[in-house]
Amino acid sequence: MESALQVKNLTVHYGGFTALDGVDLNIERHATLGLVGESGSGKSTLARVVAGLIAPDEGQILLESELLTKKRSREQHKKIQMIFQNPDASLNPKHSIRQILSEALLFHRIVDRKQVERRCREWLDRVHIPGNALDRYPHEFSGGQRQRIAIARALSVEPRILIADEPTSALDVSVQRSVLDLFNTLKEELQLTMLFISHDLGVIHEISDTVAVMKQGRLVEVQAKAPFFARPETAYSRELLSAVPRMPKLSTTPGGNHESRT
Amino acid sequence: MKPITIDSPTPRNGKTGALSRLWRTPSLLAGSIMLAVLVLLAVLIPLISPYDPTKQDLSAFLQPPSAEHWLGTDQLGRDLFTRLIYAARTDLTIMVLAEIIPFCVGVFLGMIAGYYGKWLDTVISLITDTFIAFPFYLIVIIVAFASGAGQRGIYITFILVGWIVFARVTRGLTASFRRQEWVASARTLGLPGVRIMLRHILPNVLPQAIVVLMTDMVGLLVAIVTLGYLGIGITPPTPDWGTMIFDGQPFITTAWWLSAVPGFAVVYTGIALSLVGDGLADLWRKK
Repeated sequence: MESALQVKNLTVHYGGFTALDGVDLNIERHATLGLVGESGSGKSTLARVVAGLIAPDEGQILLESELLTKKRSREQHKKIQMIFQNPDASLNPKHSIRQILSEALLFHRIVDRKQVERRCREWLDRVHIPGNALDRYPHEFSGGQRQRIAIARALSVEPRILIADEPTSALDVSVQRSVLDLFNTLKEELQLTMLFISHDLGVIHEISDTVAVMKQGRLVEVQAKAPFFARPETAYSRELLSAVPRMPKLSTTPGGNHESRT
Repeated sequence: MKPITIDSPTPRNGKTGALSRLWRTPSLLAGSIMLAVLVLLAVLIPLISPYDPTKQDLSAFLQPPSAEHWLGTDQLGRDLFTRLIYAARTDLTIMVLAEIIPFCVGVFLGMIAGYYGKWLDTVISLITDTFIAFPFYLIVIIVAFASGAGQRGIYITFILVGWIVFARVTRGLTASFRRQEWVASARTLGLPGVRIMLRHILPNVLPQAIVVLMTDMVGLLVAIVTLGYLGIGITPPTPDWGTMIFDGQPFITTAWWLSAVPGFAVVYTGIALSLVGDGLADLWRKK
């Protein structure tokens, strides 16, 4: 399979602290890489470096064999979109949903002005938000709804890679469920390539094709999902898996085992 | 696809029109009415009063309040009420004009410092901290003397130092927004920094900046009046509350209202502006 994103020897220092230490990673096209690790392991830093929010001290990021430099073009920005953890802060409080969605569409010239309204409604429909939401403001929505609006905005510019940094962690369990289902639906419909970050192995199990484990800024294990959950290679991965109160059943049908999670 | 019912949209509660929100914020309402009365009087005074604010009539000096002269006359026989309202015109106009440039410059520089950080922030913070080290009135009096009495000194001083308070407030807010995820999303979208500042951050810092503007205007008004009182502000015969207080001072035992009334006008305006500022802060906090 072709690779959509390649990361080579990525290193980031914050003062004396090494957040990323020579990370090599490969995401295949139309596949989802689930990135797990404890907090502080460098998952979010990796996501932010790939998204272009942090400049790496060393290393390369290749997007479909195109080298991404510190200063990215508009086209390059469009290709990588990101969804953030905190739904309370992910949408500009002073912008209506219409402004939020149409700004992305118009800036990247996805549609022209005449079709913006229609496209916005299509996206809201796709993420199960009623069309009358357009003239409302973020504070009028719940966390789950805001997260879905953020998903709509990120996907509306037709990115090659979607980065999701703990997109369900701040949500209630029931809402988490519906957002995860949405990710799975969209993933299939749109053939998404995703870098999905979570500290929750249950979530990773549901969404990923490949699992990567991070510890102290390094990648300690990268494996296809089924073998990872069945026979993790490293001691650290085994430790992570055993820390889950009740292991998800190792069924191969995605979404079929959420009842076992607490 | 099945519809999701877990988190349906929260219904809009009540009317959200600007007018109905004004009614629900009593301090804003009171402040606005007080200001409106003053501004209306200042605009309409040529129609209300038959007197000229600068024309002297020595045959009618130091009269107590009467039907003819609502607040009496001063030592040069000028109608006090007329002068009071004409002075409101002078002082309020200067107050508003002298705030415009500092407000815009301060908000803009504050956003740049907060958004870009690093050396730009260091330079801008260095300037603001340096100015803060000098007492405000020291700078005002030095500049007023250097540029000669009159309105020019007030404008120059305020352009020099007035922006600092806005820059400081805006810088702090912008720096905190910079860490928020909606700014990060705008950056991943590829929006240029200038656009993020003007379209995304500005609408979020503006409410706070306007609240600060209201309190700052009170300070500026007091400064204008103080300079007038000290004789290095607005020059006679242009009516101004500061010079009026000074001129009435020798008659404080016989005609106390000459000084008290313009003093009261300063307090009245200050309260009105503070109420508007408090009200706006309440309004935006509730939302």
